[in-house]
Amino acid sequence: MELGLAHYLGLSGVIFAIGVIGVMIRRNAIVILMAVELMLNAANIALVAFSSFTQTIDGQVFVFFVITVAAAEAAVGLALIVVLFRNRKSVSVDDFNLMKW
Amino acid sequence: MQLAIFTIFSIMCIAGAILVITLRSPVSSAIALVFVMCTIAGLFALIGGLFVAAIQVIVYAGAVMVLFLFVIMLLNIKDELIQRDEKKLTRILGGVLGAAFLLEIGFFVRKGLTSGSPGLFMPAPNEFSSIESISTSIFTKYLFAFEVTSILLLVAIVGAIMLARGKGRTET
Repeated sequence: MELGLAHYLGLSGVIFAIGVIGVMIRRNAIVILMAVELMLNAANIALVAFSSFTQTIDGQVFVFFVITVAAAEAAVGLALIVVLFRNRKSVSVDDFNLMKW
Repeated sequence: MQLAIFTIFSIMCIAGAILVITLRSPVSSAIALVFVMCTIAGLFALIGGLFVAAIQVIVYAGAVMVLFLFVIMLLNIKDELIQRDEKKLTRILGGVLGAAFLLEIGFFVRKGLTSGSPGLFMPAPNEFSSIESISTSIFTKYLFAFEVTSILLLVAIVGAIMLARGKGRTET
């Protein structure tokens, strides 16, 4: 059996699923952000695999944009967490229920 | 040979990802995530995305994860670790939903594997995924998206500074 596109897509799906599970079961906001990074990386794996498979460079260009967006998201998300920690003395999402109901 | 390397890297990658979401301490999670990023870079290099692999290590494992570690150490959340009681229900629900998603992905990948077309990676031509071809694509076809990205980064920088600066000492 040779290395094929399906291997990469399967790995991408598994990593994405782990990210989804992480977002749902963890209560720590920082770890939730890390799980989101995992999901973005799963998308990157799929993009690079398709780029290599179809011999077009566009997928790899998109990976750059995804990495840029991920960096911006991490910066703003972590700044939000710093502010929330300053106000609530906690990073658990259970404590941030001001807009819930 | 390629399949063996892929298997090793993907097992390390999945194990690292599971560690990211299960480890108690956020610092350990961040270190595990750095490990995952590096294995993913190896997987990119395996199918010819050498430049993307380098960027993955430099930007993700280098810059973004250092940002995470900075914030974790800035907040100093020791008591958080002790008194955290994760709700059983959300844990079970999350696990079930994730497993359902995984089954769905597995079903389609399996269908793709057995549907005839082998989907093998062709040996890439030499100039493919060189820095030159990537930058040509960025600065011609995707020039507008590239410029918009710079605005996005500017907004993110200003937003992060505005949020994290705090109230009291605004005037300089």
